[in-house]
Amino acid sequence: MDYALQTRNLAKNFGGFTATNNVSLNIEAGARHALIGPNGAGKTTLINLLTGFLEPTAGRVILQGEDVTRLGQHQRVKRGLARTFQINRLFADLTVLESVTMAVNERLGVGARFWKPVGAHHQAVDEAVALLDSLRLLDVAHATTRSLAYGKQRLIEIALALAMKPRVLLLDEPAAGVPTTESRELFESIAALPRDVTILLIEHDMDLVFRFADRISVLVGGALLTHGTPEVIASDPKVREVYLGEAICA
Amino acid sequence: MSLATFDLSPLRRADRWHPAELAFWLLPVAAYLVFPDNLVLLTQIAITALFCLSLDLILGYAGIVSLGHAAFFGFGAYAAGLLAANGIGDPLAGLAVAALASAALGFVTSFLVLRGSDLTRLMVTLGIAMMLYEVANKLTDLTGGVDGLQGIEMTPLLGRFSFDLYGKTAYWYAVAVLFLLFWAARRLVHSPFGLSLKGIRLNVARMPAIGAPVNARLSAIYTIGAAYAGIAGALLAQTTQFVALDVLSFNRSAELMLILVLGGSGSLYGAVIGTIVFMSAHHVLSDMNPEYWQFWLGALLVLVVLFARDGVMGSVRRLSHAAGGRRKGER
Ligand SMILES: Nc1ncnc2c1ncn2[C@@H]1O[C@H](COP(=O)(O)OP(=O)(O)OP(=O)(O)O)[C@@H](O)[C@H]1O
Ligand SMILES: [Mg+2]
Repeated sequence: MDYALQTRNLAKNFGGFTATNNVSLNIEAGARHALIGPNGAGKTTLINLLTGFLEPTAGRVILQGEDVTRLGQHQRVKRGLARTFQINRLFADLTVLESVTMAVNERLGVGARFWKPVGAHHQAVDEAVALLDSLRLLDVAHATTRSLAYGKQRLIEIALALAMKPRVLLLDEPAAGVPTTESRELFESIAALPRDVTILLIEHDMDLVFRFADRISVLVGGALLTHGTPEVIASDPKVREVYLGEAICA
Repeated sequence: MSLATFDLSPLRRADRWHPAELAFWLLPVAAYLVFPDNLVLLTQIAITALFCLSLDLILGYAGIVSLGHAAFFGFGAYAAGLLAANGIGDPLAGLAVAALASAALGFVTSFLVLRGSDLTRLMVTLGIAMMLYEVANKLTDLTGGVDGLQGIEMTPLLGRFSFDLYGKTAYWYAVAVLFLLFWAARRLVHSPFGLSLKGIRLNVARMPAIGAPVNARLSAIYTIGAAYAGIAGALLAQTTQFVALDVLSFNRSAELMLILVLGGSGSLYGAVIGTIVFMSAHHVLSDMNPEYWQFWLGALLVLVVLFARDGVMGSVRRLSHAAGGRRKGER
């Protein structure tokens, strides 16, 4: 089996508190994998460990067969791992087009060019424009990020990750803060990504999760409770117990 | 809006020269004609503007705070001064040596400066400048210590223009170097590299997640800023044919920060205009009131920081926005 992303006995302690507890996770190449669990289960922390945003207390992270535990974030990005943040982390004073062009520049390896103007790097600009078009952001391309509503900003968050043309994409509650009508569109564009892109999705909306995912892992108290196909997860009594009162419909 | 009708010109035109900029660069000519007896002061303004530009690149664009930027200015001044005092009096060779020396110092110290928070950076830059000051103070054989470095003899610029008593050559030399380096800095801030620096200043935590090597970028701009400062120091050494120990002083670093805030950090013109305003005010106020001029400068600074955010350039931007808004409203 080909794995896009794996962890081996991954652990993270904040002081005496264990946020990630001995997690060994295998994400198959091309999977639509969902990571679910109650608030504070350690989902975001796990993403932070996978991307190198945080250093693990113990354990290893393996990206497409390569141990990347010691690599910095930008080195993992270069190897095809991109993410979005649960809470927007954007460039308030840049325009939407500038932000996305900046990201494309980095992927194309022209981010350190210091002589020709940004606008003269046609390949990057054209690609950024096409990406904004696909996310229906063209009409706000020249607006500054700070001038947009949170829901629109959320799309920039995703555009920045897509600009990396990731092999593996980690989405931390991408629809959080997006109006329901727009969140459907958002998931359509995520679902429309090429099948060979591996996606790990954190999402609280179980309808969305079960429509989207072909694999689900359940995280509770920092540890993996169980994992499997949506059918298996939906009928798992342990999961039902965790989500007491919440409807799980397969 | 569709791809076919999308207008790219706001991005494409971002680096075009505005007519007001062209007019601005006629100022040195006007100043030369209007104040022919003040060329020494005008030369100092050009040199300080270049020095301030160097701080603007690292602070205004990349967000690296420094209270020790005089380290690079002084290092460049001594490098160029020592070169000329030891028989190599060609001005441009002096600039090149100073630029390389300060760049090397900037590159090496960047690794110390880049770790840690803003407060750490303030302390590390301050500490490095203090150490350099004391080294220059101690090495009297080399630097002349508190007596200053003497015996600097410059050969004619480009083999043709000798440094005259009135300071005409010195003035045009300083203005030409300022303009060329301003032009280069202007290209830099509009380039992908410049954009990534803005990204780092606006949200440093996000940059690695879009694949940008933050420390490498910061190290690069810190090195470039140091080279710029070194060239400014070299200009001072060459045009005054003297290097005083105070090129490395804390006062010079602090004053520079003040000038940049006054003019508006994060705008290249802010650095230049801040210098013009500060040094003119300094000149006029200290003439009027030799003892208390610093009081008025202090008052000016407090007012600017409290009421005119982003300094002179911030106010200019807001005024032109307001004017633009009104014009649109009339239509
Ligand atoms: N930097 C930190 N320092 C200390 N504790 C932290 C830190 N980051 C997270 N935690 C703690 O770790 C636990 C897991 O947090 P995490 O954000 O990973 O949860 P989550 O599953 O993403 O929750 P949510 O669904 O609310 O986003 C929480 O108890 C949180 O308070
Ligand atoms: Mg979370």
